[in-house]
Amino acid sequence: MIANDFVYCKPGNRREAVKAYRALSKEDKKVFYYNGGSEIITMARAGSNAPDAVIDLKGIKECNKLELEEDYLVIGGAVSLNTIEESGLFPLLGTTGSRIADHTNQCRITLGGNISGTIIYKETVLPLLLTDAKIILYGPRGFRRLQFKNAFDQRIKLRDGEFIYQVKIKKEMLSLPFTHVKKTAIEKIDYPLVTVCSISYGNYLRFAFSGLCSFPFRSVEIEKILNDSQLSAEERLEKTHGLLPEPPVTDYQGTGEYRLFVFDNIIKAILERRNNEVL
Amino acid sequence: MKYYEGDCVIELDVNNEIRKATVRPSDVLLDVLREQFGLTGAKPGCKNGDCGTCTILMDGLPAKACLVLAVEAVGHKILTVEGLGGHTPIQEAFVQYNAFQCGYCTSGFLMVCHALAERKPNADEYEMEKWLQSNICRCTSYQEIREAVKSVLKHI
Repeated sequence: MIANDFVYCKPGNRREAVKAYRALSKEDKKVFYYNGGSEIITMARAGSNAPDAVIDLKGIKECNKLELEEDYLVIGGAVSLNTIEESGLFPLLGTTGSRIADHTNQCRITLGGNISGTIIYKETVLPLLLTDAKIILYGPRGFRRLQFKNAFDQRIKLRDGEFIYQVKIKKEMLSLPFTHVKKTAIEKIDYPLVTVCSISYGNYLRFAFSGLCSFPFRSVEIEKILNDSQLSAEERLEKTHGLLPEPPVTDYQGTGEYRLFVFDNIIKAILERRNNEVL
Repeated sequence: MKYYEGDCVIELDVNNEIRKATVRPSDVLLDVLREQFGLTGAKPGCKNGDCGTCTILMDGLPAKACLVLAVEAVGHKILTVEGLGGHTPIQEAFVQYNAFQCGYCTSGFLMVCHALAERKPNADEYEMEKWLQSNICRCTSYQEIREAVKSVLKHI
């Protein structure tokens, strides 16, 4: 049971959503945009972050879009992870989403919710960072169309009243060879110790990581080192450690040292496989 | 635009029956099903979306009723274990294969397995495992549950 009361509204289009946000957020009310709801309900039940109002975005047609257009795949913010996976349109994102929570929850968790939630892992961000995705945000000042990498720095940079409307990925990026590895401490379904996504783009490996630090990231500097064939795998890994954006996370699932050990093993396996393919 | 505030009366389509309930917007579907409709098949377990004992079907897809607001369910078709009627293939299979011990998780498992059999009758081992991992059986009847599900899928 959720102890506190809140207002629930479900607008039928984007303008109604913003109008509702403006009206409901007066008097310092805490208003959350709502997609699948799993994180908001969990936090509200625990009393840790209860809203005064929620605005359900699932009624906005464009936020439910999952469609190949001329040059892009368009994914609405309210599309569920399960829908993305079953569509088979973006295998890396489908695979990544299919390892977030469990299958039943994947039928509810949405792309927009995963990107903008407060849980630190946000693994759906990784494929978007790797494939030069674009993001379309909508808010009181209308649309903002941004490169995903510019909109996401440790967390999604939303302005007051903005929500994730759609994400667009170039068609040519959808079917690149990829690797997705998620390592958990014990259970298969759990938060990651480390998740690594990698794609091969023009014979160059791109990498993005979750779980290692307190936010998901892609690092061009790390990619340069990991693609440097003049260095041994061990040398690359050692140099990589110094380029992490912050020290690895230590928590109940694993120490930072252990996370780094897991990270090294995943990367080694990816590099070895690549070497074998090249040879 | 749908708008709910304070106590409000909603209509829900549960087990092919339209039923009215007075709810707060922050009431979760699990509590409304159990306390207002007397449909106690969906069980409260972790109430955190982890265990799956409260699984129901929403438009044919499994959902954990502890993580769905009752007001969100308006306009959707809700199916609980009571709505299965007692003689679906998966229910018969659970009996045949003794796929339970204490039974607390059974209704949640039945709903997931029923949805899998309906939506993906040709599911392979991988798909089956993926769907079943959403639910926990504290008595560890997993092997019997797996055998029961296999018996209703076509190609395993």
